Amino acid sequence: MMRSMQSQWLILRRSVQLSSKLKLKKGMVNKMADVKKIATRESYGNALKDLAEEFPNLVVLDADLAEATKTGIFKKAYPDRHIDCGIAECNMVGVAAGLSLVGKIPFVSSFAMFAAGRAFEQVRNSVGYPHLNVKIGATHAGITVGEDGATHQCNEDLALMRTIPGMVVMCPSDDIEAKAAVRAALEYDGPVYIRFGRAAVPVINDKPDYKFEIGKGTVVREGKDVTIVATGICVDSALGAAELLAADGIDAEVINICTIKPLDEELILASAKKTGKVVTVEEHSVIGGLGSAVCDCLSEKLPTPVKKLGMQDIFGESGSAAALVEKYGLDAKGVAASVKAFV
Amino acid sequence: MTNLELQRQANEVRKGIVTAVHSAKAGHPGGSLSAADVFTYLYFEEMNIDPKNPDKEDRDRFVLSKGHTAPGLYSTLANRGYFPVEDLKTLRKLGSYLQGHPCIHIPGVDMSSGSLGQGISAAVGMALGGKMSDKSFRVYTLLGDGEIQEGQVWEAAMFAGHRKLDNLCVIVDNNGLQIDGKIEDVCSPYPIDKKFEAFNFHVINCDAHDFDALRAAFNEAKATKGQPTAIIVKSVKGKGVSFMENNAGWHGKAPNDEEYAIAMADLEKIGAALQ
Repeated sequence: MMRSMQSQWLILRRSVQLSSKLKLKKGMVNKMADVKKIATRESYGNALKDLAEEFPNLVVLDADLAEATKTGIFKKAYPDRHIDCGIAECNMVGVAAGLSLVGKIPFVSSFAMFAAGRAFEQVRNSVGYPHLNVKIGATHAGITVGEDGATHQCNEDLALMRTIPGMVVMCPSDDIEAKAAVRAALEYDGPVYIRFGRAAVPVINDKPDYKFEIGKGTVVREGKDVTIVATGICVDSALGAAELLAADGIDAEVINICTIKPLDEELILASAKKTGKVVTVEEHSVIGGLGSAVCDCLSEKLPTPVKKLGMQDIFGESGSAAALVEKYGLDAKGVAASVKAFV
Repeated sequence: MTNLELQRQANEVRKGIVTAVHSAKAGHPGGSLSAADVFTYLYFEEMNIDPKNPDKEDRDRFVLSKGHTAPGLYSTLANRGYFPVEDLKTLRKLGSYLQGHPCIHIPGVDMSSGSLGQGISAAVGMALGGKMSDKSFRVYTLLGDGEIQEGQVWEAAMFAGHRKLDNLCVIVDNNGLQIDGKIEDVCSPYPIDKKFEAFNFHVINCDAHDFDALRAAFNEAKATKGQPTAIIVKSVKGKGVSFMENNAGWHGKAPNDEEYAIAMADLEKIGAALQ
């Protein structure tokens, strides 16, 4: 109890420091890599704003959550291109479909629970089936929504979106990848779902040779004993876990999969062939998400033992993001323990 | 077109509907026939379209929100020259482009539809996009009176009224019947006109089978500025086929060979009277 209170306080202190930093730096958009932690929803809002001139047909839709989804950043700069649809997500998705049919590139925003959950059938029938150029930017995904609890912690969106034919599904791990994913979505012609988080996460992709491509994963740490495939905020946990495992003599390879669909099968197969054991880590149900996608690939092409870490067919609960990640074993320590038990 | 020409054309559309559904051995003749005059007026008189150039940018758009009445739309498009009338016989068959519900890949179809309540939102999005880009095209969408039981219809209506989309025309085909019976027995959407008024629409009530009334209504819609228009058309489900008229049983059923012969004889008789 004491420790979890302390970690909550630490997070609070860090976020206060972060926001004061942000206020100080007016030209912050280009200096995100300097900032230690940032929520990918914030990256999303910044990217929309930064790309607005380059993509004049970009319009942004929200359902009364512009402050939370951070599309408010775009709204402030381009009020005429931001459409608040009110609390009506199903209609919002249909309106986006119509907008795309008259030449706009709509980015639809809401919490993952409502964008992928409530409006699932609209996404399937009004966007997926006609294969329209609609982008869905879903924020507040997974358990790191935190205090709002299970009704708002969407652990099913990747599964739902993966089942729609022709849908690209992405889950960026940090600020840099989130912004790259938004650009890639705008350059791509067709439906795209991108999942963003609420909680601030460390920047991990600030490397000079960083390149982003839809459908391409990255080996972020080379190893030979076990492959840890992670997505979104869990990439950081996986990297942390790999360090802990190294101390125990286990050399883990870590793969960052941003695009869950289409999956970078080549990269996963090559790593699985090398290590012979695969662990998947995601802030999502172990049913239907990254873990399932990896198993779909391996079971057909290279049967390999797999351990899926994530939400084990259960709902989340209220608590701080850090406390929840720890409780459900998705922090570095938890992932390391699970990997150790598996190998 | 004169009213007589429109009536003749609508009768051809009805023959196409009955023929397509009979050939498919499945489909929705009742609501297709009730809307046949509206389809005909839109595609032969009202909308700025070009069958030779189905995707021309400044065209008016149509979304069949009550997508199950695809036979009505397909027969109209075929008769208007988008594709051969003969192809209507391939409706719902494996390999045919004429899917059971409207599919965007069919020439002349502006939006896939069929899951009720969704088409109107797409139409609203098209109208909004037109406004944002200062385009002059208009957007039409046809809904069933049972369909308006879907909550999404009212999300879309609230949004369209709020955004003052006067380039949007919503048509509700009020034939009074849905699969399980009379709409007022299942879950009454009445009063339909007052509901749309409350959602800041300009509302017109009119007879679905009277071309003078349809002409006046669509002209009034075009002249209406600052708010979208809803035209509630009072129709007869199964209109034109004696045994299908006002019978909920013909919502989603195909006629057998004997029934098909009677239906076509009914329509031939109507056609002869229009000569």
